[in-house]
Amino acid sequence: MAIQPDLSFAPRVAELSHQPVQRCYYCLRCSAGCPAAPFMEYTPAQILRLVQLGQKETLLRSSAIWLCIGCETCGTRCPNEIHAGAVIDALRQMAVAEGVPVGERTVFQLHRAFLDSIRTWGRLHELTMLMQYKLTSRDLFSDLDMGLDMFRKGKIHPWPKRIKGMAQVKGLFEVTGERQTG
Amino acid sequence: MKRVGVFVCHCGTNIAGTVDVERVIEEIRKYPEIVYAVDYKYMCSDPGQRLIRDHIRQDRLDAVIVAACSPAMHETTFRRTGESAGLNPYQVEIANIREQDSWVHQAHREAATAKAIETIRTIVAKVQYNESLLPIYLPLVKRALVIGGGIAGMQAALDVADAGYPVVLVEKSDHLGGRMAELSGLYLNLEDGAAHLAARIEAVQRHPNIQLLLNAQVTGVGGYVGNFTVQVSQQVEGELVPYTFDIGAIVVATGYDLYRQERLGEYGGGRYPDVIDGLQMEAMLRPDGPTAGRILRPSDGRVPKEVVWVQCAGSRDPELHMPYCSKVCCMYVAKQAILYRQQVPDGQATVFYIDIRSQGKGYEEFVQRAMEEHSVLYIRGKASKVFQENGRVTVWGVDTLTGLPVEVQADLVVLATATVARADAVELAQRLRISTDATGFFNEAHPKLRPVETNTAGIFLAGAAQFPKDIPETVAQASGAASKVLSLFSQRQMVAEPTIATVDVDLCSGCGLCVPACPYNAREMHPWRGYSVVHEALCQGCGACMMVCPNKATRVRNLSTGQVLRMMEAYLERL
Repeated sequence: MAIQPDLSFAPRVAELSHQPVQRCYYCLRCSAGCPAAPFMEYTPAQILRLVQLGQKETLLRSSAIWLCIGCETCGTRCPNEIHAGAVIDALRQMAVAEGVPVGERTVFQLHRAFLDSIRTWGRLHELTMLMQYKLTSRDLFSDLDMGLDMFRKGKIHPWPKRIKGMAQVKGLFEVTGERQTG
Repeated sequence: MKRVGVFVCHCGTNIAGTVDVERVIEEIRKYPEIVYAVDYKYMCSDPGQRLIRDHIRQDRLDAVIVAACSPAMHETTFRRTGESAGLNPYQVEIANIREQDSWVHQAHREAATAKAIETIRTIVAKVQYNESLLPIYLPLVKRALVIGGGIAGMQAALDVADAGYPVVLVEKSDHLGGRMAELSGLYLNLEDGAAHLAARIEAVQRHPNIQLLLNAQVTGVGGYVGNFTVQVSQQVEGELVPYTFDIGAIVVATGYDLYRQERLGEYGGGRYPDVIDGLQMEAMLRPDGPTAGRILRPSDGRVPKEVVWVQCAGSRDPELHMPYCSKVCCMYVAKQAILYRQQVPDGQATVFYIDIRSQGKGYEEFVQRAMEEHSVLYIRGKASKVFQENGRVTVWGVDTLTGLPVEVQADLVVLATATVARADAVELAQRLRISTDATGFFNEAHPKLRPVETNTAGIFLAGAAQFPKDIPETVAQASGAASKVLSLFSQRQMVAEPTIATVDVDLCSGCGLCVPACPYNAREMHPWRGYSVVHEALCQGCGACMMVCPNKATRVRNLSTGQVLRMMEAYLERL
């Protein structure tokens, strides 16, 4: 089935991500250096191209946008100063806002757990974050050995500590939170 | 007997690596007429030339033979060397022992050395009978003809006229401006081309040195560089008015056509009203055009909300259409897409392309701006099919970057059709005795080093008549052509080689065989005297007339039948 380009999508992604997505001329340097690209069904360059072509559904449902680890290799190497990672973040926001079934559920849950920990304590508390992630992903026993090792070495504190500036953190969530969607 | 000096060049190892130059010297010294013979590493170098000069004086030489590379390389060099030592330049001859000996017989040193000796000996025999000649001076008409009143022709005409020489500017249509007058805003700054053009047209019309002939065509060209005779025929109120001009140099600036859309069946060219070509789009964008500058669908006059451009329509397709890249389309498509997006902000602009070729100052940035600032979607892949259905034009293609097939529902499709040679270019080329390439564009004399000259002396090229070019390139070439004209006109007279055919009128029986034998139209019967004459400016000294002359009345100076026979004898002596 032939796709029908939708030219209104790219400017929206550009605005949300603050990235000049229409500037990409497909040199593929982003994808050549991307450590996650071998696991993605669309490489970072293809993601940018699909943005240019306005293939919103395909992108928001893809697992590729959830596999990005945010290492910034793509953005560092891009000759057109496009940070594909930021574009991918924007696509994730759109996917969440529109309630599209998430392409990689566990990745989403990890992010959620991380953010919830920040929201609650003002900083990361590994134990409660991991408990939340393990419960929501229903993957209770993998990584158990490593968890015990970390506990023994004092890397995981049993009791969370709330930071002083909770008001500011709350403010950050208000500014950046669910307000920004597609 | 002339006192002859022989100078054998090693050309580094080019000659000496194969030919035993010492043996050559030893052998030729045995001939009584050779009063001096020497070899040297590079005879064309300053010390090499000094060696020749010194020995012309010291040994009172009457003739010099330089055994070296082809005369095409350094004949002029060594003739000048001889002249500077008081020798008539036509007493200097080249014996080619490089291209015709050492280079082609590298595996046979012995034979190559023998051949070098024979070659020099034959030239020694020839030079004995060389006449001392003076160059021929020919009249030079300092008036230029420019064919074509587009931006190329106008620029060339203005440059020549500004330098103070009269120019005849012949334009086929009833107005100046050519294709540029059909264009709207120009890249890169989208400024109105009409204003610039109007200034040029005004300058041409007002110039006291330019004689402008509109509705006119060149119907005949005779003569040669510096002395062309040109017939022009002008339409005046339905009547043809003939003109004849004496012309010294000609600039051909006849421009281009677009490839016919009808030949692009798969794109529906000429079949669907809403499929148009680049110039039709330009016409719509022009404030003085049929739509007063508004982009409207030809079928129903509505504003198109989705416009598709198809690049390389008929270009880069050696199998079916034109093999070359038309060069200007990438840029004008970007420009049209930007102008469309400015005029219809809620409209979508899509471009199908194979490669973007944006080579020029600021060109790449311009195309990038179309994509980035004006949201023009570029799809890398040639459109495969265009068809009209339910009032819309559907374009099929593939986005080769993702491998996904693409379908665009368009209101208007613009085919960036190939830029081709004018339909009558070949006919004009024949009239001018210049050549065209396989696609009908006029041939330049050398693709790199003589890009504005043709192979016919005194005829120059400007603009897209030679190959697709945009305005800046066209203007640059036009000024280049004008400067060629001016360097010709800056001479007092035309100087030509005297080593050409001459007729002994006492021997000529007037049979006329030489006239058709001449490939350069240089031979003609005298109108009433009953013998044949030579046009000195046209004759190239090839000797074809000498071969057919039954009375031996025709002879090429310094290559007479007698000289050729002496050379043969010298060669056969050894056998």
